[in-house]
Amino acid sequence: MSGNLLTQLLLNGLIVGTLYGVVAMCFVLIYKSTQVVNFAQGEFLLIGAWTCWWLVVEAGLPFWFSFPLTFVFMMVFGIALQMVVLRPLIGEPIISVIMVTIGMSLFFQSITKWIFGADVQPFPEIFPVKAVDVFGLQVQPAYLMSLVVSVLVMIGFAWFFKYSRMGLAMRATAFNQQVAQSLGISVKNVFAMAWAISAMVSALAGVVVGMVNGVSGALSFFGIKVFPAVIVGGLDSIIGAIVGGLIIGLLENFAEYVDGQWLHLGNLYTVAPFYVLIIILMIKPYGLFGTHKIERV
Amino acid sequence: MAEPALKLAPEEPLLSVNNIEVVYDDVILVLRGVSLEVPKGKVVTLLGPNGAGKSTTLKAISGLLATEDGEVTRGSITFEGEEIANKNPEDIVRRGIFQVMEGRRIVEDMTCLENLRLGAFTRRDGGAAIRNDIDMVYNYFPRLKERTGMAGYLSGGEQQMLAIGRALMARPKMILLDEPSMGLSPLLVKEVFGIIEQLCHDLGITILLVEQNARMALKVADFGYIMESGKIMLDGAKEDLINNEDVKEFYLGGDKERKSFKNLKSYKRRKRWL
Repeated sequence: MSGNLLTQLLLNGLIVGTLYGVVAMCFVLIYKSTQVVNFAQGEFLLIGAWTCWWLVVEAGLPFWFSFPLTFVFMMVFGIALQMVVLRPLIGEPIISVIMVTIGMSLFFQSITKWIFGADVQPFPEIFPVKAVDVFGLQVQPAYLMSLVVSVLVMIGFAWFFKYSRMGLAMRATAFNQQVAQSLGISVKNVFAMAWAISAMVSALAGVVVGMVNGVSGALSFFGIKVFPAVIVGGLDSIIGAIVGGLIIGLLENFAEYVDGQWLHLGNLYTVAPFYVLIIILMIKPYGLFGTHKIERV
Repeated sequence: MAEPALKLAPEEPLLSVNNIEVVYDDVILVLRGVSLEVPKGKVVTLLGPNGAGKSTTLKAISGLLATEDGEVTRGSITFEGEEIANKNPEDIVRRGIFQVMEGRRIVEDMTCLENLRLGAFTRRDGGAAIRNDIDMVYNYFPRLKERTGMAGYLSGGEQQMLAIGRALMARPKMILLDEPSMGLSPLLVKEVFGIIEQLCHDLGITILLVEQNARMALKVADFGYIMESGKIMLDGAKEDLINNEDVKEFYLGGDKERKSFKNLKSYKRRKRWL
């Protein structure tokens, strides 16, 4: 019985882990191209989830229309944020920009509470709530969908950075801004694009989590959870973000299992990732996949 | 066979820099009245010691000066008859000037192929044309085709070839080459310069070449300028420069005996009176 519980928890870990991975990728995307550690990543999920919720519940639009509309809104939001708040800060010390993202995080948390209230608002039932049976394990259809969507997003990212013209431009900008400019790449556009994509994809994760747990300010906690994932994987590695996300997701649920079975400390799953974070930073300060500078011998 | 009618008068240079002054950080005056002309289809070289302002001149042309807090405060730079001073670098790349920066500056964590595709960033003529040009670059530099790993692990010569290949991918009208010989063995320098000469000949690309290796540069150039401490000190056709006593003494070397100091700097004094 407890073996079954373990596999069930690990499956949950896998599903939550891919979501962490997706949000971590968004975080890395911004860090890589603009060197900004975005403390407002979790608020992107929050804003995305509230926007979609508002379109479905208040505006009464069908979900399959609201969902893409949320994307469009988040894209505009990301670009606007970059142009209005962050573009004037180009050239300022990076620590100032990071402080600004902390400010943005508080600002968005408060403003969403002000507009939508502090209560948890459930999404109307879009997928059947009744868990389906997969290989003897109970899985919510919404989670299954989230797994599929996350994997699709990851494949999309991989394709984008490997083959698309803008993806290559973003990697070049991440490598060196002057080099990118010498190739005719507009660094400002790349920055705006990084924030737009990051906001869009985070919103996707926000909607998925919101559908399962309901929409509330707690969603922004995702942004904090993503830190260990990103640090484990290495701040500047997209692959690392995915692996880090999976590790943290699995670890959380495993900690939950250990705690529930033997330790009975309660809430071990929230702190376990941060213990791992500390250990990883001691052993591998660049993370598992973080790049050191290439040295020719 | 009649020559096709040219838009520009034949004597009008492709690029002309007129009396520019460049200031870094609003206070540091680096170039003081630099003027030079680059005729279409020619190789022009800009020689001079370290810190003379050669690279700054190139960055003023390519617009990359802005990325280093520099600015053209006086004078004008015209390309195909249009003013380009202080325009942003994207705009200048789109107009057809591509700078290959000092120290190669390839994207180290990308493959050769990805670097080449990046070179074509500003092009809008579709995948087939770009693939075609990638093959052309591999034709010029066959050894790049065999390298499939990260470009950061290429040898210095290969990186230089990749940097030049990447410039070709943009289909530029003019390439600004900043010290292509830096850190290369004499044999590789020869190879790279051979390719530069060939490019100018085959593709009709105009080249403005900044070099420390004056002997090599004057071999491939049609015309040369010599810069010292932010000013052009001397200019002339390749033969005139090679036969100039001062150039021989300062940049080419190989004279049997040193002359007295007062004769050495004579061209500086001559220039000051002009």
